[in-house]
Amino acid sequence: MSTLFALLFYLAFALFALGFGYRIYVYARTPAPLKIPTTPAPISTGGVVLRMAREVVFFESLFKANLWTWGLGWLFHASLILVLLRHLRYFIEPVWGWVAFVQPFGMYAGITMLLGLAGLWARRLFVERIRYISTPSDHLMLVLLMAIAVSGLSMKFVAHTDVVAVKSFFLGLMHFDWQPLPAHFGLYLHLLLVAVLLLIFPVSKLLHAPGVFFSPSRNQADNPREKRHLAAWAAKLENEA
Amino acid sequence: MAATITAPAYRIIPIIPALKPGAMENVRSFVANDKIQEAIGFPGKLVDDWHDRAIARMGELLSKYRSLKVYMDACVHCGACSDKCHYFIGTQDPKNMPVARQDLMRSVYRRYFTLPGKLFPKLVGARDLTREVLDEWYTYFYQCSECRRCSVFCPYGIDTAEVTMAAREILDSVGYGQKYSNEIIGKVHKIGNNLGLPGPALLDTLQGLEEDVKEATGVDVRFPVDVKGAEVLLITPSADFFAEPHIDSLIGYAKVFHATGTSWTLSSMASEAGNFGMFIGNYEQMRKIAMRIRAAALELGVKRIVIGECGHAWRVAYSFLNTLTGAGDGADANDRFAMLLQKQLDQRYKQPMHICEFTWDMIEQGALSFDKAANDKHIITFHDSCNVARGSRMGDFAGGQFEIPRNIIKAVANNFVEMAPNTTREQTFCCGGGGGLLTDDLLELRVKGALPRMEVLQRVVDEHKVNFMATICAICKAQFTKIMPIYGFDRRMIGGVHQLVSNAIILGDKQ
Repeated sequence: MSTLFALLFYLAFALFALGFGYRIYVYARTPAPLKIPTTPAPISTGGVVLRMAREVVFFESLFKANLWTWGLGWLFHASLILVLLRHLRYFIEPVWGWVAFVQPFGMYAGITMLLGLAGLWARRLFVERIRYISTPSDHLMLVLLMAIAVSGLSMKFVAHTDVVAVKSFFLGLMHFDWQPLPAHFGLYLHLLLVAVLLLIFPVSKLLHAPGVFFSPSRNQADNPREKRHLAAWAAKLENEA
Repeated sequence: MAATITAPAYRIIPIIPALKPGAMENVRSFVANDKIQEAIGFPGKLVDDWHDRAIARMGELLSKYRSLKVYMDACVHCGACSDKCHYFIGTQDPKNMPVARQDLMRSVYRRYFTLPGKLFPKLVGARDLTREVLDEWYTYFYQCSECRRCSVFCPYGIDTAEVTMAAREILDSVGYGQKYSNEIIGKVHKIGNNLGLPGPALLDTLQGLEEDVKEATGVDVRFPVDVKGAEVLLITPSADFFAEPHIDSLIGYAKVFHATGTSWTLSSMASEAGNFGMFIGNYEQMRKIAMRIRAAALELGVKRIVIGECGHAWRVAYSFLNTLTGAGDGADANDRFAMLLQKQLDQRYKQPMHICEFTWDMIEQGALSFDKAANDKHIITFHDSCNVARGSRMGDFAGGQFEIPRNIIKAVANNFVEMAPNTTREQTFCCGGGGGLLTDDLLELRVKGALPRMEVLQRVVDEHKVNFMATICAICKAQFTKIMPIYGFDRRMIGGVHQLVSNAIILGDKQ
């Protein structure tokens, strides 16, 4: 089983990294031929960085759109960050001071993350408009994330696993010095679902994470009169004229 | 048919309406015939291999437009946009929710361009591009006015206008075009403006205007055409030449030029600011139409390009004209094409400039004086036009497109009232007729789409006795003039900002 999981994680991580990298490469390579920031937009690059920061950190646009979706979505994402940071301790030795500091917050974040997800799912199930636009994969994505959260929390609050062994398993993966994984149902489930999440990331709507940084309506400065903006394929038209 | 169209009831509390699936599936604008299509280089009728060509064109657009590519991938179906579209609010058709409109294309994108869509189409909501889907595209992508309101609220900035433009471009490329937009593009190329007003008729109209203004004011305000060496080339929507209330704003521009002693000219070749190439998402058409402005500017040797009151024209002029023609600044020194124009134009001024920027600049310099009492019969509110609000700017700071027109109104009139803040500025509602939908075959859509604006207008009418809604867009003016009587308003309530300027401006020698 340990070997199986070792291989699964190598595969999942490789496909995740390759797929994610390829997507970013495609986004970066595809030209944006016209200036289309949603105005009023910042007129300088510094302003764009601030706008993007507000968007990514505080979900500014979503805040304007719908307070419930914003609250639940932000709760989920902020919790997720804390949970991920908390999990860093399984991949580093010795554990950095600030990761140790985050540890207790990360525990509670697991619960708030679950609450956020449950709220988002309730919205998807019970609000007519949102139910209308939901595909089966939208529901399954929430189920997947909730199952990851529940299986993770169960190891804290229901049936503990040997976390020291888990850590040596992952450190072993990273140093190609394989160590056994504790035989524990909750752990198996948790890791399996995380691997699934990594695998589908580059081919699913989870691409909103890199996508937001490449969105022309958010990442362009509003300066078309000051600076000519011309895509390579559009410049070719000029030679024909 | 027009007589049977009635206004939908105002919502007592502006709650989000319940869904009425299929409510608008039979409202379709007329399809372009082969003559219209072929005149602008599209196939005359739906080609036999439309499926393959549509998918190929879609792939091409995905590789040319980062917006389309990112927007197809990034949507998480969060629903932030779902209650933001005026057409959804007015029609309750779920396919008029921005996310659902995008999904008409996203479902096809997933089927042909993503792995999960190829393997498990049902799971991720992917579908084959069938004839039914293509018809659905035509129906609902011509129920979007490309106003960008949804993009304000999307956490990833997904702009349905970009998706609509791509869809229309794909439809055109397989021979499935819209009569209204494509016919107009043909007219621009053939005659010079969207309304098909030929040069001699234009000269006649303007001469008549000079006489009218002389009669009304006793002052010789001129409306020059094709004057070489003029300082300013005015590019304005052709509706300004004869439609009501547009023409009153044209008189306003002329009075501003007159009062400030600015030499100016119109161009018979480029007698149209509108650029329907944007509406159909066709870069080549948009560029070709924009090139007329460049050609006219070079031919007439003007120093400045000023754009009249027109929403999407200002978006194209402000955001795209420099890209398309090199009219602004910052071009590569080896770019002979742009250099020629940039050397001629006076770069102390923003190029191009909005007529409101011009007028406000003159007001700030003290070059204009007004009798504000002349507008006292009006209690005025301002409708931000969508393309100006969310696709452009005026002045040197973000949001100048909101402040400058308001500043002008306050400088020329005493009574100004704002409408509800969640319906103005960047959150303004489209008039309901933009983006290539200002056609009588879509009247039902236009009436219903105006609902959210009419609701808040009614409120300021009731509370503040507002009797004039100023705007700076030819389409807004035409749309409101048509649909406001259906909501029980006087059609003369709508007018331009420069109509108010025209009422109050003091002509003659400034002391």
